[in-house]
Amino acid sequence: MGTSVFYFVATLSVIFSLMVIFSKNPVHSVLYLIVTFFTLTVHYILLNAQFLAVVNFIVYMGAIMVLFLFVLMLLNLNKDNEPLKSGLVKIVGVIAGCCLVVTIIGSLKATAISDPVLLKNPNLGLVKNLGKELFGPYMLPFELSSILLLTAMVGAVLLTKKEKA
Amino acid sequence: MDIAFVIEKFVLVAIIFGISLVIAMYSTYAERKVAAFLQDRLGPDRAGPFGILQPLADGLKMFMKEEIIPTNASKWLFMVGPGLAMLTACIGTAVIPWGTPMTIGDRVIPLQVTDINVGILYIFGVVSLGVYGVMIGGWASNNKYSLLSAIRAASQNISYEIAMGLSIIALLLVTNSMSIGEIVANQHGWRWNVLYQPVGFLLFMVCAFAETNRAPFDLPECETELIGGYHTEYSSMKLGFYLFAEYINMFVSAAVMASLYFGGYNYPGMDWVLAHTGQVIGPLIGTGVFFLKIFAFIFFFMWVRWTIPRFRYDQLMHLGWKVLIPLAIANIIVTSIVIAVIEKF
Repeated sequence: MGTSVFYFVATLSVIFSLMVIFSKNPVHSVLYLIVTFFTLTVHYILLNAQFLAVVNFIVYMGAIMVLFLFVLMLLNLNKDNEPLKSGLVKIVGVIAGCCLVVTIIGSLKATAISDPVLLKNPNLGLVKNLGKELFGPYMLPFELSSILLLTAMVGAVLLTKKEKA
Repeated sequence: MDIAFVIEKFVLVAIIFGISLVIAMYSTYAERKVAAFLQDRLGPDRAGPFGILQPLADGLKMFMKEEIIPTNASKWLFMVGPGLAMLTACIGTAVIPWGTPMTIGDRVIPLQVTDINVGILYIFGVVSLGVYGVMIGGWASNNKYSLLSAIRAASQNISYEIAMGLSIIALLLVTNSMSIGEIVANQHGWRWNVLYQPVGFLLFMVCAFAETNRAPFDLPECETELIGGYHTEYSSMKLGFYLFAEYINMFVSAAVMASLYFGGYNYPGMDWVLAHTGQVIGPLIGTGVFFLKIFAFIFFFMWVRWTIPRFRYDQLMHLGWKVLIPLAIANIIVTSIVIAVIEKF
């Protein structure tokens, strides 16, 4: 039961993430990306990580993608007013794509030899256990990541302020 | 997973779905009657006694109207929009406990579809998805006014979600649980959370008004500036879905407020009533009390709509970011200090 559900949802994730790339309209791309995030939420639930699933649901689907959609709707991009890509951009794209392929092959090879990760505690994903882990042994990295986010926020505000001066 | 379990859940879901539709239907009638009462008029009184059949007549009219899809609209998304609005409005009821568990024969039937241990976050997630129906519909209409309205709706929802989340954090500090079933069960009798979190409740309620796009926060439907808002291009039952989803949202948020802050199905003296009426009637009385609270909140929603004028857009943003969010953070800090002091002594 569990594995067949996993394969079904995984196929959906792959299909929808391909649709993100292949759809011509940027707004459709974002909508497919939202569906992709939804399938990822299902993956988290299958892994018994309820808290992560809901947070993924709220933060990615409910907030970040709304902002993406917001910006794309305002820009109203379509084929007519999209600037034509120059030859140089295409060459750079091909090189970057090749680099990505090398990286993916390398990481795939690495996963083949490593053992599958077994969860020591299958209930780790529940809120209480996750909170105890995050605010216990992993306190420092957790707090540091909040400082990182704060820095990004201050940086973004600063960038908008500079134009006025 | 036995068959009885599946049937039990199926029946419960069907009943809840039916009830939310009927309540949404009669909310439209109640809204007109309340508006009429507040403006010293009679309100609808032609269809049936006291106009009681008015919602049916309205529904029939909606179904019979011609359906128009604008030529340059994104056809598929134009149809998805209202459906999505309806879906996100309905799925919120899944985690709300409607009463104490009922015992029929040897079988204990919980009056709650599912009690996931992150229930409160689930509600929050569903609320944050609610904006997609409006955004997709507004964009797909290919109309400048609809697009402006969709963008207003998105920015309004994101701004008020933050204050709402922060007010929920203060509530979690008091309740120590994220499961709505447990939160309601802990408010047994008179120990309602509103007594411990009055400021949190006020913040949550203001945010609920904003999230359901109700007056005074109904800027996405601001007629004087945006014609009809995001549903300018919609007609027939698609328009009906959008209007209907608003009333279902109102019902769900009334139910959430009643269960998080006003004790849900709990009422003073409930133990005595439960002991004297048995395991079937007793829980049903609790459910009745819960619905009374919900109706009180729905009336409050309407009362506010016909009393307070609409905000200006900059006032809305000012209230959200510069008043509600700092207030919510202060509420969290004060709550945690008080809890720490109480635990110490």
